[in-house]
Amino acid sequence: MTVEEIRKSFPILSEKVYGKPLVYFDNAATSQRPSPVIGKYLEMSRLHNANIHRSVHFLANEATKEFEAARDAVASFINAPSREEVIFTSGTTASINLVAYSFGEAFIGEGDEVVIYEAEHHSNIVPWQLMCQRKKATIKPLRIEKSGEISIESLKNLLSERTKIVAISHISNILGILNPVKEIVSVCHEKGIPVLIDGAQGVVHQNVDVQEMDCDFYCFSGHKIYAATGTGVLYGKKKFLETMPPYMGGGEMIDRVSFEKTTYASLPYKFEAGTQNIASVPTFVPALEFAKAVREDKEIARYQEEVKEYLYDSLTSDNRITLYGVPRRTENKIPLFSFTVEGVHHEDLALILDKMGIAVRSGQMCAEPTMDRFGVTGMLRASLAPYNTIEEAEYFIKSLDRAINMLR
Amino acid sequence: MNNIEDKKQEIIEDFSVYDEWIDKYEYLIDLGKNLEPYPQEKKTDDRLIKGCQSRVWLDSEVKDGKIFFWADSDAIITKGIISLLISVYSGRSAEEIANDDFGFIEEIGLKENLSPTRANGLFSMIETIKRIAEENVREEKE
Repeated sequence: MTVEEIRKSFPILSEKVYGKPLVYFDNAATSQRPSPVIGKYLEMSRLHNANIHRSVHFLANEATKEFEAARDAVASFINAPSREEVIFTSGTTASINLVAYSFGEAFIGEGDEVVIYEAEHHSNIVPWQLMCQRKKATIKPLRIEKSGEISIESLKNLLSERTKIVAISHISNILGILNPVKEIVSVCHEKGIPVLIDGAQGVVHQNVDVQEMDCDFYCFSGHKIYAATGTGVLYGKKKFLETMPPYMGGGEMIDRVSFEKTTYASLPYKFEAGTQNIASVPTFVPALEFAKAVREDKEIARYQEEVKEYLYDSLTSDNRITLYGVPRRTENKIPLFSFTVEGVHHEDLALILDKMGIAVRSGQMCAEPTMDRFGVTGMLRASLAPYNTIEEAEYFIKSLDRAINMLR
Repeated sequence: MNNIEDKKQEIIEDFSVYDEWIDKYEYLIDLGKNLEPYPQEKKTDDRLIKGCQSRVWLDSEVKDGKIFFWADSDAIITKGIISLLISVYSGRSAEEIANDDFGFIEEIGLKENLSPTRANGLFSMIETIKRIAEENVREEKE
């Protein structure tokens, strides 16, 4: 496979913005969709639109089949031990909120502790804060090193007998560094502490095998891995999901309802209240097929590595630029670069780059504590996908230089 | 060039010279760079304009029946935008500002060329200038 072949299946990539070719470097916010994903989305609306898990008619059966096929595809993609442990949500944020609420209700009490990591997305901070306020529990932040890396020693020191859960990103959306999740899980499990992994960025860039990782929960979004918006996954170990109370009530999440007592449906439906995102969830099938095909292609992997190294070298060799998230081993860095430019505001840069046709993210990127950690008010972030080319990377570096010169 | 309408016309003409938005940004950057220095001690939270993505401070003073504005921002394009507003409205009477429709902003196409969050910031700047003027009009009447 070549990058040109990949690009052909993404119609949006041939669009122009302000008359210039679109350079889409905001993939960590949302990825673009290949034609089969767009096709599946349209097909769901045109041919298989009915509510699922309820009626017995033809369309309802078709829609249910499509929806449940997505569950099988996700289960196989992350190697979940069973399909019942794959719950559909509206996104990573919803998945984490579900766990924070339901796990909190079942297992967290006054004086207990939750460990989260400093470079966390707000979505993996605020749900825990809400739960801790309710339960009078405390959050213990795991500090990161200057490189952006986690020290296993500091994690060990932070764990106590009151630690009830550890929630950590597979890859931070700011630093782009692969965290040693397997080691984290094993350290926590030694003390009997379950671990939730926020895989919003991780699942896009790494092969995820939840059995090998042995994490207790793994959360991710569909829209960052080529599927349609409003889709998310919560993988959870059965032993927890079965004990946790439902997060929301209503719809097909029940077994029997009476005013005296309601019993709940079995997994995964217990956690899927209300009408699901029927048109979008089935897009997981073609999206994950695409992700898998790209991942298994050595030629593409080599090419992506070349693009990443070019950007890494260009950004680190420019003394006007400070790059955040510089791991000791560059193989632990994904093609996601957050940086600041001395004397230039990140928003000004993003505005000028936008007019040059380049889409990047600027601001706090939903991670204020990370900004505070590095003493900045915001950063600029370029995040790449397998459809980005070396020519785009070169154009980005050239445009960045021009923008900096305009602004300084 | 002391008439408010003349000043607006001058800005509209300046903007019409450039076809490309990148050039218009360059013009705003220049304005931002040349804005009168703003005292550090006046960068206080009560002078911050709410609703902007970057920080914008606005200070004002009434002298001989006219309102004078000073401003700063840590983002240069934003600074250029507030500088544009100051060049039109600083040194005008409260009544004149309060009754103005700020329509020249539409004419130079600034709003459409800002992201929605930026446009909100611009709206907040205009609202703040208007509010200060309206407060002064009320005080004058009392």
